[in-house]
Amino acid sequence: MPARTKLTVTAVAILGCLLAAACAPAAQNNIQPPLPAGSPIPGQGNCTPAKLPTLKANTFTFGTDEPVYEPWFVKDDPTSGNGFESAVAYAIAAKIGYQHGQVAWSRVSFNAAIQPGPKKFDADLNEFSITADRRKAADFSAPYYDVTQAVITVKSYPAASAHSVAGLRGVKIGAQVGSTSYDAVQNVIKPSQQVAVYNSNDDAKQALANGQIQALVVDLPTAFEITGASEVPNSVIVGQLQTTSGQSEQFGAVLDKNSPLTSCVSAAVNVLRSDGTLAKLALDWLNTQANAPMLH
Amino acid sequence: MAILSTLVFAVAAGWAISSSPGWPRVRSSFFDLPTVAESFPAILAGLWLNIRVLVVAEVLILVLGLGIAALRTLRGPVWFPVRALATGYVDLFRGLPLIICLYLVGFGLPGLRLTGVPNDPVVLGGIALVLVYAAYVAEVFRAGIESVHPSQRAAARSIGLTHAQTMRIVVLPQAVRRVLPPLLNDFVALQKDCGLISVLGAVDAVRAAQIAAAKDFNFTPYVVAGLLFVVLAVPCARLADAAARRLARREGAA
Repeated sequence: MPARTKLTVTAVAILGCLLAAACAPAAQNNIQPPLPAGSPIPGQGNCTPAKLPTLKANTFTFGTDEPVYEPWFVKDDPTSGNGFESAVAYAIAAKIGYQHGQVAWSRVSFNAAIQPGPKKFDADLNEFSITADRRKAADFSAPYYDVTQAVITVKSYPAASAHSVAGLRGVKIGAQVGSTSYDAVQNVIKPSQQVAVYNSNDDAKQALANGQIQALVVDLPTAFEITGASEVPNSVIVGQLQTTSGQSEQFGAVLDKNSPLTSCVSAAVNVLRSDGTLAKLALDWLNTQANAPMLH
Repeated sequence: MAILSTLVFAVAAGWAISSSPGWPRVRSSFFDLPTVAESFPAILAGLWLNIRVLVVAEVLILVLGLGIAALRTLRGPVWFPVRALATGYVDLFRGLPLIICLYLVGFGLPGLRLTGVPNDPVVLGGIALVLVYAAYVAEVFRAGIESVHPSQRAAARSIGLTHAQTMRIVVLPQAVRRVLPPLLNDFVALQKDCGLISVLGAVDAVRAAQIAAAKDFNFTPYVVAGLLFVVLAVPCARLADAAARRLARREGAA
């Protein structure tokens, strides 16, 4: 082998090592010991602002998408404490011991919330439904809301007279991508036409108003918001969908996989449920009075 | 030698990635085999929609683009309004972001509730793609037409050919040959942009991947869709290379 090529091999090898060194792991001093087993008590032990290894010391950072919608948030402003999920976020933080001013928000898209890299939030509240498959990629807090999916349409459309799931089977139905509403359409209604899938509920509402779809599936509180505030003119709720499993669908906060915060956040949510705070906040922000028939 | 150095480099890069602390999670999030198997049929069905849209749109784009280029290269003050209109079209649709054009056509047109306006997101999305891409392709054709030396045009006219005959027999055959590589380039770009019609509700390969990814919080379906698009683009790239080589030979011989 001529000397020149030998030199090239060495150069390549050195380059490779340099590259590897450049990509070598950063110092691992940011990994915190996990919380002791057993459910922590919010505001005590390691479940306090001083002890929790949050993104920013003594501040709890919640994540949510941009924009966010009523009734979960009001006027796209998560910092107001208005809207169900904003109120729940501040209640969780308060239970652990954070003051109102120690709560920060970062805007995180769906994909950014579930990607495997470092997160921009401590916990993300954005109507994330808890499923076993999703648990493989992220942590969920204890559930803070039991949700059902509902079908809405416009009064003049044929779907308005449907009284059963079978009556919706031939209808052109839309849903938002990434939502469990889409899963509900596929698994419960099993429509004969391809489901129209939209980037956001805004796009889906436009399509419903245009008649490009004949019905739209969203979660029930959102359905009340769309029909009640006439976000789609003359829209009505056809009814609620039952889950195929019989178990109710639940929203939980998303945390990084194996986050040291999960048990503490879950403990706070559990306390809020047992002391009646969650039910009260639901009463404040979600339309729980109006009734929507269950479709069979 | 080239093989050996490539190998050393690949091993070093592979080791750097797989020894990083986040690798196990990245591997399970992006390269999970059971997820590949689960999401593959839906993504493939979506890709079939992409291909159908691609073929129909490309034919319309070539026709419309060539027409606009022909109008833009008309000579003489009489044709000023036509030239201005064609220029205005190109300025508007080359400048308008595709996604906004898709929204305007896809949600705006059916919102008018006129009879005869299509309601299918695939058709509406296809219209928006044709509008935007025809503007690009028109400019490619125009560059080709203007690359043909004026002396050829003058010679053709001097032997009695009309303007239309000159274009058809003398100018366009040379122009189209010369711009074949950039046309294929635009074709590959269109292959990927076809997926954008999914914002209107159609389920193409990328949207099918997105649905599968959101279900399990796993990005593997995106990788599957991405690789399928690469596989789709490779024949086009080789075709463009071959076309460029053939052109070089012809021009060299001329």
